[in-house]
Amino acid sequence: MEKNGVWVFCENGPQGVREVSCELLGVAARLAKQAGTRVIAVALGANAPAEELCARGADEVLLVEDAALDAPEEMRYTEEICALARAFLPDIFLLGGTMFGRSLAPRLAARLGTGLTADCTQLEIDRETGLLLQTRPAFGGNLLATILCPEARPQMATVRPKVFPMPAADRTRPVRVTRRPGVAAPSPVELLDLLRGEAGVNLADYDVLVCVGQGIGGAENIARAETLAKKLGGTLAATRPMVDAGVLPYARQVGQTGKSVAPKLYLALGVSGAIQHLAGVNAEVLAAVNADPEAPIFAHADYGVVQDCGAFLEEALAALG
Amino acid sequence: MKIVVCVKQVPATGEQRLDPVTGTVIREGVPSILNPFDAYALEEAVRLKERFGGEIVALSMGVPSAKETLRRALAVGADRAILLSGRAFAGADTLATARALSLAVCKLGGADLVLCGRMATDGDTAQVGPMLAELLGVPHAADVAHIKRVENGRMTIARMTDDGYRCERLPLPALLTVVKEINVPRLPSVTGVLRAARAEATVWDAADIGASPEDVGQRGSRTRVVRTARPEKKAGCRMLGGAAALLTALKAKGDR
Repeated sequence: MEKNGVWVFCENGPQGVREVSCELLGVAARLAKQAGTRVIAVALGANAPAEELCARGADEVLLVEDAALDAPEEMRYTEEICALARAFLPDIFLLGGTMFGRSLAPRLAARLGTGLTADCTQLEIDRETGLLLQTRPAFGGNLLATILCPEARPQMATVRPKVFPMPAADRTRPVRVTRRPGVAAPSPVELLDLLRGEAGVNLADYDVLVCVGQGIGGAENIARAETLAKKLGGTLAATRPMVDAGVLPYARQVGQTGKSVAPKLYLALGVSGAIQHLAGVNAEVLAAVNADPEAPIFAHADYGVVQDCGAFLEEALAALG
Repeated sequence: MKIVVCVKQVPATGEQRLDPVTGTVIREGVPSILNPFDAYALEEAVRLKERFGGEIVALSMGVPSAKETLRRALAVGADRAILLSGRAFAGADTLATARALSLAVCKLGGADLVLCGRMATDGDTAQVGPMLAELLGVPHAADVAHIKRVENGRMTIARMTDDGYRCERLPLPALLTVVKEINVPRLPSVTGVLRAARAEATVWDAADIGASPEDVGQRGSRTRVVRTARPEKKAGCRMLGGAAALLTALKAKGDR
């Protein structure tokens, strides 16, 4: 089998390379060690932080240095990355499961004629075959499916932000950069304006999420939940019914039809615990507050408090001062 | 404008249950619905047709009973419906699915626009749309929240990104996957329901779309599911008396 490295796509975000790309460099370093191969960070654009990428686990940065590639765009990125993949034949290719990554990766896989597994939560090298064991939740999180891509290469997978930890930066690691010229013609897609704002909140950026469900009570409790979230260093998230009712914007919706999140703490207030909601939650600690002691959320929580959300918030805010 | 809308029949969400003994998914007696995200794609197609005229073809791949899901597409305004169905398509991964759909779009003579929901609620991958765009050789935009303008063979859209929205202009033909922000789907009209009751989806098998067996279904797939397991259960929920106790417990855990 080819041993041409574990590739990680390094996605440019508003503040440099996105954290998930660095998290994947840590995963790639572990896989590369198991498989006896190297980690290659694939970067496009004028400002790739090669030192940072190597400190996080890359043995080499494969760089298409062109300012026209600073803003991620699927058509041009597909041309450039597939040209690299055909030249260097990677064995494994990991991409962050960001909104852009989830749009780019399938396009790449289709062009390369290879398999792609979305939103993996476990990645291991099979000792016998050397193949990548790609495990992801299936059927609303009720099952974990392990998937192989036995013949086609590269073996491609996406991973959501914060599923794997950020590796420590080792600044003593050598920095190696291989520059390749861009090959693609300009994309037929024109990028116009970027719009930020409330709708652009990125739940993946927060270590603490306070999620409000239909059991939260009135609007004043939502305001208090937001205050609590801020005091805990996090932000507000919501269940689908709350978003459908127009209480909070879609960008804050967690679950199967919203965002998948992996915070350190997920505090669910008045959330019943529907499987579609929990399918999007992969928290280190899940704490639930619900007036109904029979709420299904308690079967999935680490800590539970049976209490009216209004009373809970009053007590919590008083305790935090 | 000729629009192909890709739709999928999925198990009604909330109905997914596991056999407690075998750990496999119980499919019997679980109602099927139109993938909720596809309703937004259908509605957007109908709105575009109302503005620009043209034709809407609803396209699906699935078991024969998916014809009923396609009837819903006909009721809200699709002019015709195609169902790719047959043994050769069974066991397809996302790439083999996209390949079958791409061959069907080609057989339809292509499309000015292909619309898909952003993902299906059973597979949750969001992969088929962008793969289909690549196989058709057309640009795509994922997670589109708004079609702003259509003029001179170009479409200006706003798509959701991790940081907000980005506006893009794509030349047609193109493929869009849409999020639920894009519209509020209408209910089928009485005439639509009556028309759909008389209409029937056309079923194509692999030979009809010129697919060889190694292109589609399990043989056309590059991925294999090798095992399934039930996720580990939580150790159990520790019940606490109130907010202060919870904050203390969280702090203690955080300090460890």
